[in-house]
Amino acid sequence: MLNIGILALQGDFEKHGAVIERLGHRPLFVRRAEELRGLVGLILPGGESTTFLHLIEKLQLRQPLIDFAGRWPVFGTCAGLIVLARSNDNLPFPPFGLIDLEVTRNAYGRQINSFIARVELKSQLMTRQIEAVFIRAPKIVSMGREVVPYAWLGEEVVMAGNNRILAATFHPELTSDTTIHQFFIDAYILPAISLSER
Amino acid sequence: MIIDEKFSLKIGLAEMLKGGVIMDVTNPEQAKIAEDAGAVAVMALERIPADIRSDGGVARMSNPTMIREIMAVVSIPVMAKCRIGHFAEAQVLQALGVDFIDESEVLTPADDINHIWKHDFTVPFVCGCRDIGEALRRISEGAAMIRTKGEAGSGNIVEAVRHMRMVQSGIRQIQTMDHAELVRYGKEIGASLEIILEVRRLGKLPVPNFSAGGIATPADAALMRQLGAETNFVGSGIFKSQDPAARARAIVLATTHFDDPDMVAKASEGLKEAMPGLEMNRIPEAEQLNRRGW
Repeated sequence: MLNIGILALQGDFEKHGAVIERLGHRPLFVRRAEELRGLVGLILPGGESTTFLHLIEKLQLRQPLIDFAGRWPVFGTCAGLIVLARSNDNLPFPPFGLIDLEVTRNAYGRQINSFIARVELKSQLMTRQIEAVFIRAPKIVSMGREVVPYAWLGEEVVMAGNNRILAATFHPELTSDTTIHQFFIDAYILPAISLSER
Repeated sequence: MIIDEKFSLKIGLAEMLKGGVIMDVTNPEQAKIAEDAGAVAVMALERIPADIRSDGGVARMSNPTMIREIMAVVSIPVMAKCRIGHFAEAQVLQALGVDFIDESEVLTPADDINHIWKHDFTVPFVCGCRDIGEALRRISEGAAMIRTKGEAGSGNIVEAVRHMRMVQSGIRQIQTMDHAELVRYGKEIGASLEIILEVRRLGKLPVPNFSAGGIATPADAALMRQLGAETNFVGSGIFKSQDPAARARAIVLATTHFDDPDMVAKASEGLKEAMPGLEMNRIPEAEQLNRRGW
Protein backbone atom coordinates (compact mmCIF):
# COMPACT_ATOMS: atom_id res chain seq x y z
CA MET A 1 0.00 0.00 0.00
CA LEU A 2 1.42 3.34 -1.11
CA ASN A 3 0.99 6.67 0.68
CA ILE A 4 -0.14 9.06 -2.03
CA GLY A 5 -0.78 12.70 -1.16
CA ILE A 6 -3.48 14.91 -2.60
CA LEU A 7 -3.18 18.67 -2.26
CA ALA A 8 -6.40 19.54 -0.42
CA LEU A 9 -6.46 23.35 -0.34
CA GLN A 10 -9.52 23.47 -2.57
CA GLY A 11 -11.17 21.50 -5.38
CA ASP A 12 -12.19 17.89 -5.97
CA PHE A 13 -9.44 16.31 -3.85
CA GLU A 14 -11.90 13.86 -2.30
CA LYS A 15 -12.68 12.43 -5.74
CA HIS A 16 -8.98 11.69 -6.28
CA GLY A 17 -8.84 10.20 -2.80
CA ALA A 18 -11.66 7.79 -3.66
CA VAL A 19 -9.83 6.56 -6.78
CA ILE A 20 -6.57 6.02 -4.85
CA GLU A 21 -8.52 4.07 -2.24
CA ARG A 22 -10.23 1.97 -4.90
CA LEU A 23 -6.77 1.05 -6.22
CA GLY A 24 -5.82 -0.24 -2.78
CA HIS A 25 -3.58 2.63 -1.70
CA ARG A 26 -3.76 5.23 1.05
CA PRO A 27 -4.76 8.80 0.07
CA LEU A 28 -3.47 11.52 2.41
CA PHE A 29 -4.80 15.05 2.17
CA VAL A 30 -2.09 17.70 2.24
CA ARG A 31 -2.71 21.19 3.60
CA ARG A 32 0.62 21.80 5.34
CA ALA A 33 4.24 21.37 4.27
CA GLU A 34 4.97 18.79 6.98
CA GLU A 35 2.21 16.58 5.59
CA LEU A 36 4.37 15.93 2.50
CA ARG A 37 6.71 13.79 4.59
CA GLY A 38 6.49 10.06 3.90
CA LEU A 39 4.61 10.41 0.61
CA VAL A 40 5.77 8.69 -2.57
CA GLY A 41 3.69 10.82 -4.92
CA LEU A 42 1.35 13.79 -4.96
CA ILE A 43 -1.76 14.74 -6.92
CA LEU A 44 -2.81 18.34 -7.59
CA PRO A 45 -6.56 18.03 -8.15
CA GLY A 46 -9.10 19.94 -10.21
CA GLY A 47 -10.42 23.20 -8.82
CA GLU A 48 -9.68 26.86 -9.48
CA SER A 49 -6.06 27.53 -10.42
CA THR A 50 -6.15 31.16 -9.22
CA THR A 51 -7.40 29.98 -5.82
CA PHE A 52 -4.71 27.28 -5.68
CA LEU A 53 -1.95 29.78 -6.41
CA HIS A 54 -3.28 32.25 -3.82
CA LEU A 55 -3.45 29.65 -1.09
CA ILE A 56 -0.07 28.12 -2.00
CA GLU A 57 1.50 31.57 -1.67
CA LYS A 58 -0.38 32.56 1.47
CA LEU A 59 0.41 29.25 3.19
CA GLN A 60 4.06 29.30 2.02
CA LEU A 61 3.72 25.98 0.22
CA ARG A 62 5.43 26.96 -3.04
CA GLN A 63 8.99 25.93 -2.14
CA PRO A 64 7.99 22.77 -0.22
CA LEU A 65 5.90 21.61 -3.20
CA ILE A 66 8.66 22.35 -5.71
CA ASP A 67 11.18 20.56 -3.47
CA PHE A 68 8.86 17.57 -3.20
CA ALA A 69 8.53 17.42 -7.00
CA GLY A 70 12.34 17.20 -7.20
CA ARG A 71 12.20 13.89 -5.34
CA TRP A 72 8.80 12.30 -6.07
CA PRO A 73 6.31 12.27 -8.96
CA VAL A 74 3.47 14.78 -9.11
CA PHE A 75 0.28 14.43 -11.17
CA GLY A 76 -1.89 17.47 -11.96
CA THR A 77 -5.40 17.40 -13.41
CA CYS A 78 -6.94 20.52 -15.00
CA ALA A 79 -6.22 23.30 -12.46
CA GLY A 80 -3.44 21.09 -11.08
CA LEU A 81 -1.89 20.96 -14.55
CA ILE A 82 -2.00 24.77 -14.77
CA VAL A 83 -0.12 25.10 -11.48
CA LEU A 84 2.61 22.68 -12.68
CA ALA A 85 3.02 24.13 -16.18
CA ARG A 86 3.61 27.52 -17.76
CA SER A 87 0.70 29.78 -18.67
CA ASN A 88 0.34 32.59 -21.15
CA ASP A 89 -2.57 34.06 -19.15
CA ASN A 90 -2.66 36.44 -16.25
CA LEU A 91 -2.33 34.49 -13.04
CA PRO A 92 -1.99 36.05 -9.57
CA PHE A 93 1.34 34.28 -9.01
CA PRO A 94 3.52 32.46 -11.53
CA PRO A 95 2.81 28.74 -11.98
CA PHE A 96 5.63 26.34 -11.06
CA GLY A 97 6.91 25.63 -14.58
CA LEU A 98 7.95 22.10 -13.55
CA ILE A 99 6.88 20.72 -16.92
CA ASP A 100 7.57 22.45 -20.21
CA LEU A 101 3.95 22.86 -21.26
CA GLU A 102 2.34 26.13 -22.21
CA VAL A 103 -1.38 26.17 -21.48
CA THR A 104 -4.33 28.45 -22.14
CA ARG A 105 -6.96 28.41 -19.43
CA ASN A 106 -10.69 27.90 -20.12
CA ALA A 107 -9.70 27.30 -23.72
CA TYR A 108 -12.89 25.54 -24.80
CA GLY A 109 -15.15 28.27 -23.37
CA ARG A 110 -17.35 28.58 -20.32
CA GLN A 111 -19.31 25.91 -18.41
CA ILE A 112 -21.96 25.52 -21.16
CA ASN A 113 -19.09 24.34 -23.39
CA SER A 114 -17.90 21.68 -20.95
CA PHE A 115 -18.08 18.18 -22.44
CA ILE A 116 -17.39 14.47 -22.15
CA ALA A 117 -15.45 12.82 -25.00
CA ARG A 118 -13.42 9.73 -25.77
CA VAL A 119 -9.68 10.25 -25.71
CA GLU A 120 -7.00 8.01 -27.12
CA LEU A 121 -4.32 6.77 -24.72
CA LYS A 122 -1.01 5.68 -26.21
CA SER A 123 2.04 4.55 -24.27
CA GLN A 124 4.05 1.41 -23.63
CA LEU A 125 1.80 0.56 -20.69
CA MET A 126 -1.58 1.28 -22.26
CA THR A 127 -3.20 1.76 -25.65
CA ARG A 128 -6.93 2.26 -25.47
CA GLN A 129 -9.78 4.76 -25.47
CA ILE A 130 -11.32 6.12 -22.31
CA GLU A 131 -14.09 8.54 -21.52
CA ALA A 132 -12.75 11.90 -20.34
CA VAL A 133 -14.54 14.77 -18.61
CA PHE A 134 -13.51 18.29 -19.66
CA ILE A 135 -14.82 21.08 -17.40
CA ARG A 136 -13.88 24.64 -18.35
CA ALA A 137 -10.73 22.86 -19.43
CA PRO A 138 -7.35 24.31 -20.40
CA LYS A 139 -5.56 23.49 -23.64
CA ILE A 140 -1.92 22.58 -24.12
CA VAL A 141 -0.71 25.00 -26.78
CA SER A 142 2.95 24.01 -26.90
CA MET A 143 5.24 21.32 -25.48
CA GLY A 144 8.95 21.15 -24.80
CA ARG A 145 11.02 18.47 -26.52
CA GLU A 146 11.53 16.35 -23.39
CA VAL A 147 7.76 16.14 -22.79
CA VAL A 148 6.07 12.90 -23.86
CA PRO A 149 2.44 13.01 -25.01
CA TYR A 150 0.23 10.20 -23.65
CA ALA A 151 -3.37 11.06 -24.60
CA TRP A 152 -5.11 12.74 -27.51
CA LEU A 153 -8.49 14.30 -28.15
CA GLY A 154 -8.48 14.24 -31.93
CA GLU A 155 -5.22 16.05 -32.78
CA GLU A 156 -4.86 17.78 -29.42
CA VAL A 157 -2.61 16.43 -26.70
CA VAL A 158 -4.64 16.25 -23.45
CA MET A 159 -2.18 14.37 -21.23
CA ALA A 160 1.61 14.54 -21.19
CA GLY A 161 4.54 14.02 -18.88
CA ASN A 162 8.25 14.49 -18.32
CA ASN A 163 10.39 12.32 -16.04
CA ARG A 164 8.72 13.49 -12.80
CA ILE A 165 5.53 15.32 -13.72
CA LEU A 166 2.33 13.96 -15.30
CA ALA A 167 -0.40 16.40 -16.34
CA ALA A 168 -3.88 16.04 -17.84
CA THR A 169 -6.32 18.72 -19.02
CA PHE A 170 -9.30 16.51 -18.12
CA HIS A 171 -10.62 14.89 -14.92
CA PRO A 172 -9.88 11.15 -14.65
CA GLU A 173 -11.10 11.39 -11.04
CA LEU A 174 -14.68 12.06 -12.18
CA THR A 175 -15.25 8.74 -13.96
CA SER A 176 -15.26 5.22 -12.56
CA ASP A 177 -12.33 4.26 -14.84
CA THR A 178 -9.10 3.98 -12.83
CA THR A 179 -6.74 3.57 -15.81
CA ILE A 180 -5.06 6.97 -15.54
CA HIS A 181 -4.36 6.81 -11.81
CA GLN A 182 -3.03 3.28 -12.27
CA PHE A 183 -0.76 4.63 -15.01
CA PHE A 184 0.53 7.36 -12.67
CA ILE A 185 1.38 4.70 -10.11
CA ASP A 186 2.92 2.21 -12.57
CA ALA A 187 4.83 4.60 -14.83
CA TYR A 188 5.84 7.23 -12.25
CA ILE A 189 5.55 6.22 -8.60
CA LEU A 190 6.87 2.65 -8.78
CA PRO A 191 10.00 3.56 -10.79
CA ALA A 192 10.65 6.48 -8.40
CA ILE A 193 10.44 4.12 -5.44
CA SER A 194 12.87 1.60 -6.97
CA LEU A 195 15.22 4.47 -7.83
CA SER A 196 15.13 5.72 -4.23
CA GLU A 197 15.90 2.25 -2.91
CA ARG A 198 18.96 1.87 -5.08
CA MET B 1 -31.13 7.80 -9.31
CA ILE B 2 -29.92 8.15 -12.89
CA ILE B 3 -27.18 10.67 -13.50
CA ASP B 4 -26.78 11.11 -17.25
CA GLU B 5 -23.85 12.72 -19.05
CA LYS B 6 -25.39 16.20 -19.02
CA PHE B 7 -26.16 16.10 -15.29
CA SER B 8 -22.72 14.69 -14.43
CA LEU B 9 -21.03 17.62 -16.22
CA LYS B 10 -23.08 20.03 -14.12
CA ILE B 11 -22.21 18.24 -10.89
CA GLY B 12 -18.59 18.16 -12.10
CA LEU B 13 -18.29 21.94 -11.97
CA ALA B 14 -19.82 21.95 -8.48
CA GLU B 15 -17.10 19.44 -7.47
CA MET B 16 -14.42 21.87 -8.67
CA LEU B 17 -15.79 24.59 -6.39
CA LYS B 18 -15.51 22.48 -3.24
CA GLY B 19 -13.49 23.74 -0.32
CA GLY B 20 -13.73 27.31 -1.57
CA VAL B 21 -15.60 30.57 -1.11
CA ILE B 22 -18.13 32.01 -3.56
CA MET B 23 -18.56 35.76 -3.12
CA ASP B 24 -21.40 38.14 -4.00
CA VAL B 25 -20.20 41.07 -6.10
CA THR B 26 -22.06 44.00 -7.65
CA ASN B 27 -19.48 45.42 -10.07
CA PRO B 28 -16.23 44.52 -11.87
CA GLU B 29 -14.04 46.15 -9.18
CA GLN B 30 -15.56 43.96 -6.47
CA ALA B 31 -15.26 40.91 -8.73
CA LYS B 32 -11.53 41.60 -9.09
CA ILE B 33 -11.15 42.00 -5.31
CA ALA B 34 -12.91 38.66 -4.83
CA GLU B 35 -10.77 36.87 -7.41
CA ASP B 36 -7.58 38.38 -5.99
CA ALA B 37 -8.59 37.19 -2.52
CA GLY B 38 -8.85 33.60 -3.76
CA ALA B 39 -12.61 33.21 -4.37
CA VAL B 40 -13.48 30.10 -6.42
CA ALA B 41 -16.40 31.90 -8.10
CA VAL B 42 -18.35 35.13 -7.92
CA MET B 43 -22.09 35.71 -7.81
CA ALA B 44 -22.93 38.73 -9.97
CA LEU B 45 -25.90 40.68 -8.67
CA GLU B 46 -27.05 44.30 -8.74
CA ARG B 47 -27.71 44.62 -5.05
CA ILE B 48 -26.33 42.44 -2.29
CA PRO B 49 -28.97 40.86 -0.03
CA ALA B 50 -28.51 43.39 2.80
CA ASP B 51 -29.41 46.19 0.39
CA ILE B 52 -32.29 44.26 -1.19
CA ARG B 53 -33.64 43.91 2.33
CA SER B 54 -33.35 47.61 3.19
CA ASP B 55 -34.51 48.87 -0.23
CA GLY B 56 -37.64 46.70 -0.38
CA GLY B 57 -39.70 46.33 -3.58
CA VAL B 58 -39.47 43.53 -6.15
CA ALA B 59 -35.96 42.12 -6.66
CA ARG B 60 -35.32 40.70 -10.15
CA MET B 61 -32.54 39.17 -12.24
CA SER B 62 -29.60 41.57 -12.64
CA ASN B 63 -29.02 43.66 -15.73
CA PRO B 64 -27.23 41.56 -18.41
CA THR B 65 -24.77 44.39 -19.10
CA MET B 66 -23.54 44.31 -15.54
CA ILE B 67 -23.24 40.49 -15.61
CA ARG B 68 -21.27 40.65 -18.87
CA GLU B 69 -18.90 43.28 -17.45
CA ILE B 70 -18.13 41.02 -14.52
CA MET B 71 -17.65 37.98 -16.80
CA ALA B 72 -15.15 40.03 -18.79
CA VAL B 73 -12.81 40.84 -15.88
CA VAL B 74 -12.46 37.53 -14.01
CA SER B 75 -11.32 34.06 -15.09
CA ILE B 76 -13.11 32.21 -12.28
CA PRO B 77 -16.69 30.99 -12.84
CA VAL B 78 -19.44 33.62 -12.72
CA MET B 79 -22.83 32.82 -11.23
CA ALA B 80 -26.04 34.86 -11.39
CA LYS B 81 -29.44 34.67 -9.74
CA CYS B 82 -32.88 34.24 -11.26
CA ARG B 83 -36.21 34.39 -9.44
CA ILE B 84 -37.75 31.15 -8.18
CA GLY B 85 -39.81 29.69 -11.04
CA HIS B 86 -38.71 32.35 -13.56
CA PHE B 87 -37.40 30.04 -16.28
CA ALA B 88 -37.28 32.88 -18.83
CA GLU B 89 -34.77 34.76 -16.65
CA ALA B 90 -32.83 31.50 -16.44
CA GLN B 91 -32.89 31.20 -20.24
CA VAL B 92 -31.44 34.71 -20.51
CA LEU B 93 -28.68 33.88 -18.03
CA GLN B 94 -27.83 30.71 -19.94
CA ALA B 95 -27.73 32.72 -23.19
CA LEU B 96 -25.30 35.15 -21.53
CA GLY B 97 -23.03 32.18 -20.76
CA VAL B 98 -22.97 32.39 -16.96
CA ASP B 99 -21.40 29.27 -15.44
CA PHE B 100 -24.01 28.59 -12.73
CA ILE B 101 -27.53 29.87 -12.04
CA ASP B 102 -28.81 30.36 -8.51
CA GLU B 103 -32.61 29.97 -8.43
CA SER B 104 -32.71 32.16 -5.40
CA GLU B 105 -35.09 33.11 -2.62
CA VAL B 106 -33.12 36.36 -2.29
CA LEU B 107 -35.01 37.61 -5.35
CA THR B 108 -38.80 37.97 -5.28
CA PRO B 109 -40.34 34.66 -6.39
CA ALA B 110 -41.99 34.67 -9.82
CA ASP B 111 -43.92 31.47 -9.17
CA ASP B 112 -45.13 30.72 -5.66
CA ILE B 113 -46.06 27.11 -6.49
CA ASN B 114 -43.41 25.71 -8.84
CA HIS B 115 -39.65 25.81 -9.10
CA ILE B 116 -37.85 25.64 -12.46
CA TRP B 117 -37.46 22.24 -14.16
CA LYS B 118 -33.71 22.54 -14.27
CA HIS B 119 -33.00 19.41 -16.33
CA ASP B 120 -34.08 21.41 -19.40
CA PHE B 121 -30.96 23.57 -19.15
CA THR B 122 -27.31 23.03 -20.13
CA VAL B 123 -26.08 25.40 -17.43
CA PRO B 124 -26.00 23.99 -13.88
CA PHE B 125 -28.25 25.32 -11.10
CA VAL B 126 -27.81 25.77 -7.38
CA CYS B 127 -30.87 25.99 -5.10
CA GLY B 128 -31.38 26.82 -1.45
CA CYS B 129 -32.94 24.51 1.12
CA ARG B 130 -33.94 24.46 4.78
CA ASP B 131 -34.09 20.71 5.28
CA ILE B 132 -33.47 17.35 3.62
CA GLY B 133 -36.88 17.22 1.90
CA GLU B 134 -36.40 20.58 0.22
CA ALA B 135 -32.85 19.60 -0.83
CA LEU B 136 -34.05 16.36 -2.43
CA ARG B 137 -36.97 18.04 -4.22
CA ARG B 138 -34.57 20.53 -5.79
CA ILE B 139 -32.12 17.79 -6.82
CA SER B 140 -34.99 15.86 -8.45
CA GLU B 141 -35.78 18.99 -10.47
CA GLY B 142 -32.16 19.08 -11.63
CA ALA B 143 -30.20 21.19 -9.13
CA ALA B 144 -26.49 20.21 -9.40
CA MET B 145 -25.59 21.88 -6.12
CA ILE B 146 -27.53 22.49 -2.92
CA ARG B 147 -26.91 25.27 -0.42
CA THR B 148 -28.57 26.17 2.83
CA LYS B 149 -30.83 29.19 2.57
CA GLY B 150 -29.71 30.69 5.84
CA GLU B 151 -31.02 34.21 6.13
CA ALA B 152 -29.37 36.27 3.42
CA GLY B 153 -28.31 39.81 4.28
CA SER B 154 -28.79 39.26 8.00
CA GLY B 155 -25.15 38.83 9.05
CA ASN B 156 -26.61 36.22 11.40
CA ILE B 157 -25.46 32.62 11.05
CA VAL B 158 -28.29 31.04 13.06
CA GLU B 159 -30.54 30.10 10.12
CA ALA B 160 -27.69 28.61 8.06
CA VAL B 161 -26.73 26.48 11.07
CA ARG B 162 -30.34 25.37 11.53
CA HIS B 163 -30.69 24.44 7.85
CA MET B 164 -27.37 22.58 7.66
CA ARG B 165 -28.20 20.64 10.83
CA MET B 166 -31.65 19.79 9.43
CA VAL B 167 -30.10 18.43 6.21
CA GLN B 168 -27.46 16.42 8.06
CA SER B 169 -29.89 14.96 10.57
CA GLY B 170 -32.20 14.02 7.69
CA ILE B 171 -29.32 12.13 6.06
CA ARG B 172 -28.58 10.33 9.34
CA GLN B 173 -32.25 9.41 9.80
CA ILE B 174 -32.42 7.97 6.29
CA GLN B 175 -29.47 5.74 7.08
CA THR B 176 -31.16 4.20 10.10
CA MET B 177 -34.51 3.38 8.45
CA ASP B 178 -35.61 0.18 6.73
CA HIS B 179 -37.39 0.21 3.36
CA ALA B 180 -40.91 0.33 4.81
CA GLU B 181 -39.98 3.33 6.92
CA LEU B 182 -38.25 5.03 4.00
CA VAL B 183 -41.44 4.91 1.93
CA ARG B 184 -43.30 6.64 4.74
CA TYR B 185 -40.44 9.11 5.32
CA GLY B 186 -40.43 9.96 1.61
CA LYS B 187 -44.10 10.83 1.79
CA GLU B 188 -43.50 12.93 4.89
CA ILE B 189 -40.67 14.98 3.40
CA GLY B 190 -42.03 15.09 -0.17
CA ALA B 191 -39.15 13.24 -1.83
CA SER B 192 -39.11 10.17 -4.06
CA LEU B 193 -38.05 6.77 -2.73
CA GLU B 194 -35.51 6.53 -5.54
CA ILE B 195 -33.53 9.59 -4.43
CA ILE B 196 -33.87 8.67 -0.74
CA LEU B 197 -32.30 5.28 -1.47
CA GLU B 198 -29.46 7.06 -3.23
CA VAL B 199 -28.85 9.22 -0.13
CA ARG B 200 -28.86 6.09 2.00
CA ARG B 201 -26.31 4.43 -0.28
CA LEU B 202 -23.99 7.47 -0.34
CA GLY B 203 -24.45 8.70 3.23
CA LYS B 204 -24.61 12.21 1.80
CA LEU B 205 -26.51 14.25 -0.79
CA PRO B 206 -25.98 13.06 -4.40
CA VAL B 207 -24.71 16.56 -5.29
CA PRO B 208 -22.32 18.92 -3.44
CA ASN B 209 -23.78 20.50 -0.31
CA PHE B 210 -22.78 24.13 0.27
CA SER B 211 -23.68 26.77 2.80
CA ALA B 212 -25.10 30.28 2.35
CA GLY B 213 -26.92 32.99 4.22
CA GLY B 214 -25.35 34.74 7.17
CA ILE B 215 -21.58 34.14 7.07
CA ALA B 216 -19.80 37.30 8.27
CA THR B 217 -16.56 36.12 9.91
CA PRO B 218 -13.78 33.55 9.37
CA ALA B 219 -15.13 31.61 12.37
CA ASP B 220 -18.60 31.51 10.75
CA ALA B 221 -16.96 29.98 7.67
CA ALA B 222 -15.12 27.38 9.78
CA LEU B 223 -18.34 26.58 11.66
CA MET B 224 -20.31 25.85 8.49
CA ARG B 225 -17.51 23.70 7.06
CA GLN B 226 -17.36 21.66 10.28
CA LEU B 227 -21.13 21.18 10.17
CA GLY B 228 -20.75 19.62 6.73
CA ALA B 229 -20.78 22.46 4.20
CA GLU B 230 -18.36 21.66 1.38
CA THR B 231 -18.03 25.30 0.30
CA ASN B 232 -19.24 28.66 1.63
CA PHE B 233 -21.19 31.34 -0.18
CA VAL B 234 -20.56 34.75 1.36
CA GLY B 235 -22.96 37.50 0.35
CA SER B 236 -23.20 40.76 2.21
CA GLY B 237 -20.58 39.63 4.75
CA ILE B 238 -17.65 40.82 2.65
CA PHE B 239 -18.65 44.05 0.95
CA LYS B 240 -20.73 45.27 3.90
CA SER B 241 -17.71 44.94 6.19
CA GLN B 242 -15.17 47.71 6.69
CA ASP B 243 -12.28 45.90 5.00
CA PRO B 244 -13.63 43.76 2.14
CA ALA B 245 -10.29 42.61 0.66
CA ALA B 246 -8.73 41.57 3.97
CA ARG B 247 -11.95 39.93 5.15
CA ALA B 248 -12.34 38.07 1.86
CA ARG B 249 -8.78 36.67 2.17
CA ALA B 250 -9.38 35.73 5.80
CA ILE B 251 -12.62 33.86 5.01
CA VAL B 252 -10.89 31.97 2.17
CA LEU B 253 -8.12 30.88 4.54
CA ALA B 254 -10.56 29.87 7.28
CA THR B 255 -12.59 27.85 4.77
CA THR B 256 -9.52 25.84 3.70
CA HIS B 257 -8.21 25.36 7.26
CA PHE B 258 -11.66 25.05 8.87
CA ASP B 259 -10.48 22.29 11.23
CA ASP B 260 -7.40 24.15 12.47
CA PRO B 261 -8.38 26.72 15.14
CA ASP B 262 -4.87 28.25 15.15
CA MET B 263 -5.20 29.08 11.46
CA VAL B 264 -8.74 30.44 11.89
CA ALA B 265 -7.46 32.60 14.77
CA LYS B 266 -4.57 33.84 12.65
CA ALA B 267 -6.93 34.62 9.77
CA SER B 268 -9.25 36.58 12.09
CA GLU B 269 -6.57 38.78 13.62
CA GLY B 270 -6.47 42.46 12.73
CA LEU B 271 -9.74 42.54 10.82
CA LYS B 272 -11.87 45.67 11.09
CA GLU B 273 -15.60 45.66 11.91
CA ALA B 274 -17.75 42.90 10.42
CA MET B 275 -21.06 43.81 8.81
CA PRO B 276 -23.74 44.82 11.31
CA GLY B 277 -26.04 41.87 12.06
CA LEU B 278 -29.77 41.48 12.58
CA GLU B 279 -31.49 39.46 15.31
CA MET B 280 -33.93 37.06 13.65
CA ASN B 281 -36.78 38.20 15.90
CA ARG B 282 -36.28 41.73 14.55
CA ILE B 283 -37.06 40.52 11.02
CA PRO B 284 -40.83 40.18 10.55
CA GLU B 285 -41.80 36.73 9.27
CA ALA B 286 -43.11 38.14 6.00
CA GLU B 287 -39.67 39.65 5.35
CA GLN B 288 -37.68 36.50 6.05
CA LEU B 289 -36.19 35.43 2.74
CA ASN B 290 -35.67 31.80 3.81
CA ARG B 291 -39.45 31.27 3.90
CA ARG B 292 -39.70 31.73 0.14
CA GLY B 293 -39.93 28.57 -1.99
CA TRP B 294 -40.96 25.18 -0.60
